[in-house]
Amino acid sequence: MTHDHDHHHDHGSELSEMQLRTRALETILLEKGYIEPAAIDVLIETYEKKIGPRNGAQVVAKAWVDPQFRQWLFEDGTAAIGSLGFGGRSGNHLVALENTPSVHNMVVCTLCSCYPWAVLGLPPLWYKSAPYRSRTVADPRSVLADFGVSLPKDTEIRVWDSTAELRYLVVPLRPAGAEGWSEEKLAELVTRDSMIGTGLPKNPEDLA
Amino acid sequence: MNGAQDMGGVHGFGPVEPEPNEPVFHAGWEKRAFALTLAMAMPGQWNIDMSRFARENRDPGEYLSMSYYQIWFAALETMLKERDLVSDDETVAGHALREPKPVARILSPGAVAQVLYRGGPTERETNTTPAFKPGDHVRAKNINPRTHTRLPRYVRGHAGTIERVIGFHVFPDSNAQGAGENPQWLYTVCFDGRELWGADGDPTLTVSVDAWEPYLVPA
Repeated sequence: MTHDHDHHHDHGSELSEMQLRTRALETILLEKGYIEPAAIDVLIETYEKKIGPRNGAQVVAKAWVDPQFRQWLFEDGTAAIGSLGFGGRSGNHLVALENTPSVHNMVVCTLCSCYPWAVLGLPPLWYKSAPYRSRTVADPRSVLADFGVSLPKDTEIRVWDSTAELRYLVVPLRPAGAEGWSEEKLAELVTRDSMIGTGLPKNPEDLA
Repeated sequence: MNGAQDMGGVHGFGPVEPEPNEPVFHAGWEKRAFALTLAMAMPGQWNIDMSRFARENRDPGEYLSMSYYQIWFAALETMLKERDLVSDDETVAGHALREPKPVARILSPGAVAQVLYRGGPTERETNTTPAFKPGDHVRAKNINPRTHTRLPRYVRGHAGTIERVIGFHVFPDSNAQGAGENPQWLYTVCFDGRELWGADGDPTLTVSVDAWEPYLVPA
């Protein structure tokens, strides 16, 4: 078994209690034959190493260079994204949202933490936090400011609260200055936050 | 339920704090709590809506004082206990003290990729037709069930517009109570920011929720 180091500082004793409790429950479930430990390890490895925002970046980069794929993506996100091999858990019903010069999309789940795992992996802490869940539907520009993002005053802000099993992926605007780039290189410009709507893609000049 | 989980529009939580180079998990126990929760869905003793209710169904002060995976873990313990899969004395002992209750299946390592790729589609067949079409004006009902619902408080009673007919989907309000999937037509409904937040609301803001037909009336 690997030794994991708890490095949170504000709830030190609680966390060691959590360590004991999770370990105890895992032991009970194992003794009862309800789990196979190797399956637990595979699940963790899958979300630490295999399913993450690079999946979504691949989708966005393809949408930037391939007009047919782009059209398909906005008509039937599940099928278009599925053609790249992504889907399933927290991604059975995928909807791609098109940012335009006049519309900026943002995704939130005010009721829990619904997030498109299949294309972005597990959500960051801030996405699951009370500040993000409470403010995004009421005052999204102040949330963007927390991320250092400022949009023109007349840009329409379109917020999608993920209250059902649809999972939303923002397709940000392709930045200028990356003309002629390959899909693989373009994907490096696509940040996780730009696919949630709290960030913008990287500046091509910063990637040279 | 009108619990602490329903956070849209609540004030006072402070700034959003992005963490540079954030790891997927912040502690070893979080990994275990996460993966145990996913693995224990396999025996089929509960559904996703029951899980969500088990997470939100707690004292608001407690909910807000717990970390995300603490909530997941507490919900897992609750559901295991409610279904007689693990009892309190076993939790205290840290060992199984009695024979396991038979379950239909468990998750094997070789099946993980396939199970994740299958996921949990919620769209169902129907021969009914949706009551609303894109462009229709609707109002979200003012409902306050003590049980699970996916209609957030901040849209209840407010007028919006149908943007899209999504399909015919499992109805969480029924499914969370073990009352069957009871699928219903599901819509994306848009609300003007000022309709939700008043004259001071951001004039450039439009918010949508995905709402099942029983949540809506014509406006």
